Amino acid sequence: MTNPPLAAPDQNGFVVELEQFSGPLDLLLHLIREDEVDITDLPIAKIADQFLAVINELGLNQAADYLEMAARLLRIKAQLLLPRRVGDDEWEDPRAELVRRLLEYQQIRELVDWLGQAAARRAEQFGRGFAPEPAAAPPAPLVIELNDLLAAAERVIALIPEPMLHRVVPRPLDVEGATARIQTLLAERAQFEWLDVVGARPALVDVLSAFIALLELAKRGSLKLRQDGPFAPIVISREPPRQAA
Amino acid sequence: MSPLARLLEAALFAASRPLTVEDLLTLEPQAGESVVRAALREIRDAYAAADHGVELIEIAQGWQFLTRREYAEAIERAQFALRPRRLSPAALETLAIIAYRQPVGRLEVDEIRGVDCGAVIDKLVERGLVEVVTRGEGLGRPLLYGTTPQFLEILGLKDLDELPRLEELSVALRPPPAATAESE
Repeated sequence: MTNPPLAAPDQNGFVVELEQFSGPLDLLLHLIREDEVDITDLPIAKIADQFLAVINELGLNQAADYLEMAARLLRIKAQLLLPRRVGDDEWEDPRAELVRRLLEYQQIRELVDWLGQAAARRAEQFGRGFAPEPAAAPPAPLVIELNDLLAAAERVIALIPEPMLHRVVPRPLDVEGATARIQTLLAERAQFEWLDVVGARPALVDVLSAFIALLELAKRGSLKLRQDGPFAPIVISREPPRQAA
Repeated sequence: MSPLARLLEAALFAASRPLTVEDLLTLEPQAGESVVRAALREIRDAYAAADHGVELIEIAQGWQFLTRREYAEAIERAQFALRPRRLSPAALETLAIIAYRQPVGRLEVDEIRGVDCGAVIDKLVERGLVEVVTRGEGLGRPLLYGTTPQFLEILGLKDLDELPRLEELSVALRPPPAATAESE
């Protein structure tokens, strides 16, 4: 086999990205060049067979774009096989559309070469304060000192009124209530802060309820939590609606 | 060099991106565009004549000091700067189509490349090379994309006119759409 191995299809045979060909037109063009045939007089039967063979060999037969092209080739091949009257003026070469697309694509490939060379030439010169583009890095993990954490805990606890010792039955956690309140806030505002949820001087149970409710809602993807630095205000915002896959 | 040229030189040195004549005019609004242009040429010629390691280049509709080509390798070897990541063939194909067909919608790009380009376009948007420029007519008023100054910058082009003309390419091609009308 002459084809070098390419990006391995994963177990479902679903091809994410191919390194070898950037699409079915690219593959088609490759076959045409290899055979040194004339694009405008495409030997469609031969090329269609080769195309099918290659996508089988490469495990591409589940990639929709390639499959669609395979279907198109077979249809054109079939159309060419149909008998037609001699001198039929109405007859249009079924290959015409494909040929037009191939020529157009070929032109794009030529531009790609030009653009690639221009970019490579530009890359030989550096500007001032050159910074490589930041890789799309995930936000850095939160670095936190134990003392800071304790101080923060104290600050939160300080906001809680002194517990009254004589109260025998403490209010149970009211996560549902807190959830409902947060959802109301979410409906009203795209973004709000922790203090909006619990109020200025919350009771311990309210803090706990609200916190659990927030985490639960965040886990469900109903909202987004953000804290710009340790002890910065927690910002709660609506999760943008997810697009269906 | 003239006082204006020295001022512009300082500004261009301080900036980490190409500065347009318009940008530079804010330094000396009463100078006027042609005077600023003349001063820019003065700086460029001065640097060229005195044989410096950097040169003043016209790029992305502006001007920028760049290191001379011959030092690329040494600078990179010493890791003082890195060449930007190269664009994949898929990204370049998509860029080429957007550059020549702008403003253009996703469907048209998909159609020309024969593959779904959504993810590639999103990446190009993320890298700041293309952006939504307007919305098209028709169903759903599709977003139409065009290239950005950043696109010119990574290719080292002054403006879009520096792209090769389609008729200069070796592969001759009839002007694409609307060509369906002719049926010979």
